[in-house]
Amino acid sequence: MLPILDGLFNGISIGSVLLIAALGLAIVFGLMGVINLAHGELMMLGGYGTFVVQNVFKELGEPWFNLYIFFAIPVAFIVAALMGLILERSVIRFLYGRPLETLLATWGVSLILQQFVRSVNWVMVIGMGVFCLLFFGAMFFLRRLRIGNWALWLMGWLSLGIAIVSGILIGKTGQEALTKAWFSARNVDVTAPEWLRGGVPLGNFQLPYARLFIIGLTIIAVVGIYWFLNASDWGLRIRSVTQNRTMSSCLGIPTAQVDALTFALGSGLAGIAGCAITLLGSVGPNTGQNYIVDTFMVVVVGGVGNLLGTIVAAMAIGILSYLIGSGTLAVLLVQVEPLKPLADMFLFFATTSMAKVLIFALIIAFLQVKPAGIFPQKGRTVEL
Amino acid sequence: MSESNLMLRVADINVYYGESHILRDVDLSVGKGEMVCLIGRNGVGKTTLLKTIMGLLQTRTGEVYFDDAPISKITTDKRARLGIGYVPQGREIIPRVTVKDNLLLGLEARREGRRGKKEIPEEVFELFPVLKTMLNRQGGDLSGGQQQQLAIARALMGNPQLLLLDEPTEGIQPSIILEIEAAVRRIIAATGISVLLVEQHLHFVRQADKYYAMQKGGIVASGATKDLSNEVIQQFLAV
Repeated sequence: MLPILDGLFNGISIGSVLLIAALGLAIVFGLMGVINLAHGELMMLGGYGTFVVQNVFKELGEPWFNLYIFFAIPVAFIVAALMGLILERSVIRFLYGRPLETLLATWGVSLILQQFVRSVNWVMVIGMGVFCLLFFGAMFFLRRLRIGNWALWLMGWLSLGIAIVSGILIGKTGQEALTKAWFSARNVDVTAPEWLRGGVPLGNFQLPYARLFIIGLTIIAVVGIYWFLNASDWGLRIRSVTQNRTMSSCLGIPTAQVDALTFALGSGLAGIAGCAITLLGSVGPNTGQNYIVDTFMVVVVGGVGNLLGTIVAAMAIGILSYLIGSGTLAVLLVQVEPLKPLADMFLFFATTSMAKVLIFALIIAFLQVKPAGIFPQKGRTVEL
Repeated sequence: MSESNLMLRVADINVYYGESHILRDVDLSVGKGEMVCLIGRNGVGKTTLLKTIMGLLQTRTGEVYFDDAPISKITTDKRARLGIGYVPQGREIIPRVTVKDNLLLGLEARREGRRGKKEIPEEVFELFPVLKTMLNRQGGDLSGGQQQQLAIARALMGNPQLLLLDEPTEGIQPSIILEIEAAVRRIIAATGISVLLVEQHLHFVRQADKYYAMQKGGIVASGATKDLSNEVIQQFLAV
């Protein structure tokens, strides 16, 4: 196979990973305007969800283990979507229209989530369970009895105290099974099912099954989201609320529910992305950090709020990253005599990290020319 | 008019923007099937009053009754589903959604919701024929007059019992103003809904049964529109 075709395939494959990671952000940041710095951590949670499902299926043995990925995808989606829902209801909904505060708050949440996966153990989970049971149970009854907020505050502190004390007491029993961290700070490996190992041989090259699977998963996710947003009732509600929240509520749309659903959907997509990246490498508490900048880059370059732009930007950045980083571009250009100086320059950037530097520089230059991205809003709509 | 014949009653409300006192002890009522016009110069609180009725602003004191039930504690979307249709100043069309989808969004206010409905009733196009030819265009790409017609049609899609119209003729060319006026008259005649209209256009004001004049956040005059004297018009209309 020609090096350029190999480069294109690998570029599309990198672009697919970027796209599936950026798809959720295209909704949360692009449509809702929420700068969610915890998006990478939601991906990480999807990755850990996949790890847990893999372990469960490992116990079941063959042929179940070969099928675990099909169960891991919905589990990763649900885990990340639930976390997104909690995040939206507890933090984000108070910060709509205040992007800087959202940025700071979600950065804090990202740190909490990273530490959570490092430390989570049975003691912590039991403590959290006790707190939720006491606090939300009290909330349920206090609301019914129409007792004021002071009682809720009191119950909040009381529940917290009881939860901490129960955690300490359980911890003091000294049982390692209860106190041992589930994941610890080290990365965990997810083994791909057998049918996803290896690849399709093409001449001197190979198209890895895992990469082909990610490309397929990305296509399904993009088509699914496009259909959901453009053809379903909830999709229309989401488009309406994200464009004009006040008027949408005047039309009878329950905007709070729509906000929560949209955020959960974007977060769920991050979870699927997390599941996909487990096929490419190990998952750790810092996994999300590796992707967050790239995903924002894709959404901004594509044109905020434009799904097609996100797709084009992800593919362009993916292909350029690979062609520059692998040295393919330099090898191609060196064959043309007048372009030799250019080839030397690309050779200088022919490593993964240096390619990223050049891509960043190109994006900065591109945004100087087209600050609204590849597909900016046009027509009267821009003023509205 | 006895209370049970009232569609809307605003009882002694006071509304603030921060610490600025905007609406002062406002009392107003709209009967069932009645068209009431709210007049007053710019900045006297007409739009604030409509926003308060819709639930976009909260009252500090007083109560708003819709069909004799207090609604001050009810959220905006629930008020819409109770049967209050709102056509705001500036139209507020959802810009990057087609005209058809903008109209379908109006169905959200119906008690049974949208439930996959994809068809627009023919009555809407009888009132506003221009919309039929533009169903697939983006709402934000329409002209001001077309957007105004779309905004009224969208509110009607929810089968409201009370329609709040905030300056529907503002910035619209005269021929379209007449079309909108005629459409509003036909809507009232055909459906018997109540209308609370904020308007500066004298010809339109004259179509109402009753008027309330506002000044400095309070109601300062009211009566039947047929008794609306030139003196009152000069005092309260910005024309």
